[in-house]
Amino acid sequence: MPYIPHDGLETAAMLAAVGVDSLDQLFDEIPPNLQVQDMALPEGLSEMALRRELEGRALSNAPLRCFAGGGAYAHHIPAIVWEIAGRGEFYSAYTPYQPEASQGTLQVVYEYQSFITRLTGLEVSNASLYDGASGLAEACLMALRIQGGQGDDKSILVPENLLPGWRRVLDSILGLQQIRLVTVPYDRVAGTLVLPAEAGDAAALIIPQSNALGLLESVDVLTDWAHGHGLLAIAVVNPLALALLKAPGDWGTQGADMAVGEGQPLGIPLTGGGPYFGFLACRKAHVRQLPGRLVAKTVDGQGRAGFCLTLQAREQHIRRGKATSNICTNQGLMVTAATIHMATLGGHGLQRTAVLCHERAVRLRELLTVVPGVRLPYGGPFFHEFVLRLPHAAVAVRDALLGHGLLAGLPLSDWGMGEAGDLLVCATELLDEADLLAYRDALTSVLETL
Amino acid sequence: MSDSIFDHDHHFPAVELPSDIPAELLRKAPLNLPNPAELEVLRHYTRLSQKNFSIDTQFYPLGSCTMKYNPRIAHTMASLPGFARLHPDTPAPAMQGLLQVLWELQEWLAAVTGMAAVSLTPAAGAQGELAGVAMIRAYHAARGDHERRKMLIPAAAHGTNPASAQMAGFAVVEIPNLVDGDLDMAFLDQHLGPDVAGIMLTNPSTLGVFERRIADIAARVHGAGGLLYYDGANLNAILGRVQPGQMGFDVMHLNLHKTFATPHGGGGPGAGAVAVQERLRPFLPLPMVTRSEEGALRWLDEGDLPQSIGRLSAHGGNVGVLLRAHAYLRRLGRVGVGRVSAYAALNANYLLKELQRVGYQAAFPERRASHEFILTVSDLQKATGIRALDVAKRLLDFGIHAPTIYFPQLVPECLLIEPTETESKATLDRFVAVMAQIRQEALAQPELLREAPHHLPVGRLDEALAARHLDVAAAQ
Repeated sequence: MPYIPHDGLETAAMLAAVGVDSLDQLFDEIPPNLQVQDMALPEGLSEMALRRELEGRALSNAPLRCFAGGGAYAHHIPAIVWEIAGRGEFYSAYTPYQPEASQGTLQVVYEYQSFITRLTGLEVSNASLYDGASGLAEACLMALRIQGGQGDDKSILVPENLLPGWRRVLDSILGLQQIRLVTVPYDRVAGTLVLPAEAGDAAALIIPQSNALGLLESVDVLTDWAHGHGLLAIAVVNPLALALLKAPGDWGTQGADMAVGEGQPLGIPLTGGGPYFGFLACRKAHVRQLPGRLVAKTVDGQGRAGFCLTLQAREQHIRRGKATSNICTNQGLMVTAATIHMATLGGHGLQRTAVLCHERAVRLRELLTVVPGVRLPYGGPFFHEFVLRLPHAAVAVRDALLGHGLLAGLPLSDWGMGEAGDLLVCATELLDEADLLAYRDALTSVLETL
Repeated sequence: MSDSIFDHDHHFPAVELPSDIPAELLRKAPLNLPNPAELEVLRHYTRLSQKNFSIDTQFYPLGSCTMKYNPRIAHTMASLPGFARLHPDTPAPAMQGLLQVLWELQEWLAAVTGMAAVSLTPAAGAQGELAGVAMIRAYHAARGDHERRKMLIPAAAHGTNPASAQMAGFAVVEIPNLVDGDLDMAFLDQHLGPDVAGIMLTNPSTLGVFERRIADIAARVHGAGGLLYYDGANLNAILGRVQPGQMGFDVMHLNLHKTFATPHGGGGPGAGAVAVQERLRPFLPLPMVTRSEEGALRWLDEGDLPQSIGRLSAHGGNVGVLLRAHAYLRRLGRVGVGRVSAYAALNANYLLKELQRVGYQAAFPERRASHEFILTVSDLQKATGIRALDVAKRLLDFGIHAPTIYFPQLVPECLLIEPTETESKATLDRFVAVMAQIRQEALAQPELLREAPHHLPVGRLDEALAARHLDVAAAQ
């Protein structure tokens, strides 16, 4: 029997010890009319047959050279990362509620928290949330708790050029609590945010760096505007870009109050959208409003250093309905991989990777903008993503380029943004000069035939 | 040998930052992360892993957490490059293989739960709960029934239940349990009314017993216009045997990381797929996968499901966890799925009898155990002052993970024990022998328990100090 170790003799001996005649009798408290006779499931497969079937499915997904970003990025993951994260002692460990039996996981999370605080320039990071978008929803709720907004006067200023997928998550989660999301428009020429006319009753301003168009925002000005109007500043950032860009803790005069983002670029495979992890960092003064698990360093009875979960009174398993969030799980294994990824690259390697991404993207932009008919709608500085304006519908061009083995980017029209010809293109360190030239040639040929 | 990653730091020259990005947008100082050599990284994290308990190395009789073996083939399949390298925004025609897997999983989970439709997108059990109660809210709102602001929840429920209901804007009313573990029906009747949106239950309950009057409860709640939410945390107990849909539940979540063999991973990731009866289908969270008559697969979006409660993550959810659940279900098939609950129940009931034999007290001795059961060590506390916590910590010395303790809170000094179907009789017998020895120690040398664990990398940690002198990141 797959994964069940009992032989017939053992089963018989155990049934006898319980005092029943059959396995069915173990369910004698369940009314018979509730017990099903059959359900529409297929027959089981041997491991060998299962493997064959799923390898077939995996192969039927077309292998594509990835020029798409939009919140999920193709990066090189050193072999060592999942070699270690996949060890049974990490992979099959429980949540570290028994710290004496979980020092490995706990120390990894403490190191993770340390790395995230250094990337963001803030003092505290939690042990992670589900993903960047739901993490941003949690950051907004946290801002509202800090600001003490009550009743109907709860709102958040949300940039129009935040990734639309993230905006929809905010709509779903924050909408449940009657929190108003007030849209801050972006300048149609520059592609970057316009300072809001007024702050209203908002608790916080969300500041994306980069924005959904790949452009860098004037984060100092935006942060100072937020603070000048009594708002908290929530930075939405790509963790790899932070190896290069100014840390949110250094934005403006006082620094952003929170930083949140999608951790996927730190060693997490794309896997069709998840699992990834969301990181959330804040000031120490706000730690009691932080949702999710948090690991601290302490000592045992003999004075030996050790690690444990801390400030658990914030959490649902203690505070139940009054917790800071309903979140229970963090993304433990993803955090383990991200920690090993950051340690393997080191501060130097992360910076080099970020610079390489930028250089690849600059080079790609240079190559693609000389293709006849292709224009650049925005000229501002960017990290590793930029918008191209194509002479045909971006969806059609993207689909045609699939035939050349390329995932050419994300049509902004899929998001209801920009013009029909706008395509968001990304380059990372994975792409070499030959890949970039292949894109240029394929795009040239597709645009000639469309 | 240092045990801090920050001690492994080799020097590199500063990285030159790009000149085409304005200086005021760039980092002020080099990124201060350590620069260890690859072998140093390998050793550091391998050594850390060895300080963990895990299913691969220890037995976890951990109630309500279903710590069973996570078949490695599921991990191998989820890691296939054809899945792992897929960008989430790949057009549907170029990811039919993945969509086929997700579509099948939706169908199979609907069959397992006896529900009409499934959305796989919630990232974890608690997010599934939030989606579930948000659907209850949307259902009532769509009928113009705006007065239903209360959610009934048993006192013994998982903490996420009231927290999720709160997050969805409901007021929580706690319902007590009776001494036999069943729900207090009189209390229920008293509180049902036009202001009640629904009730959140798990069955078997967190008390480790089956709620026998579930059909009656469903009739009363439905009669009062409310809906029933099923917390799938204990689904392992009834997998392949009882369908929540048949019990009368309207909406539920499944913890794919427990029942369907994605590992806990030291605290996640999970996946909290939601399943609903037909009348809640319009409100399911997006995206979902649909298949045309010709067999072409695509994502459903807001245009298809305008009344959806919306999206809970930027993409399709924790696809890697879903791939594991698919592989696990496909491997077990109809017969294997039924065996899960049968042997989970056998192991739990056997262990309960054996632990009673060596002197432990069951919280509900008259009841059949489900996949888990509760012991209370109140007798030990009265005799020697030894608490459930001390028994739990002493177990660690024997290389056995502690059971869940002090949950549910209504049983004093309790241990909640769930052996799961993947443990052998020999493992259970050893556990009984160790528990018998600990009981003897508790009576003869209680200090041995009070100071436990003795044989782990650290002893009991000063958690008060941790909270008072908050050190949550290495100093620079």
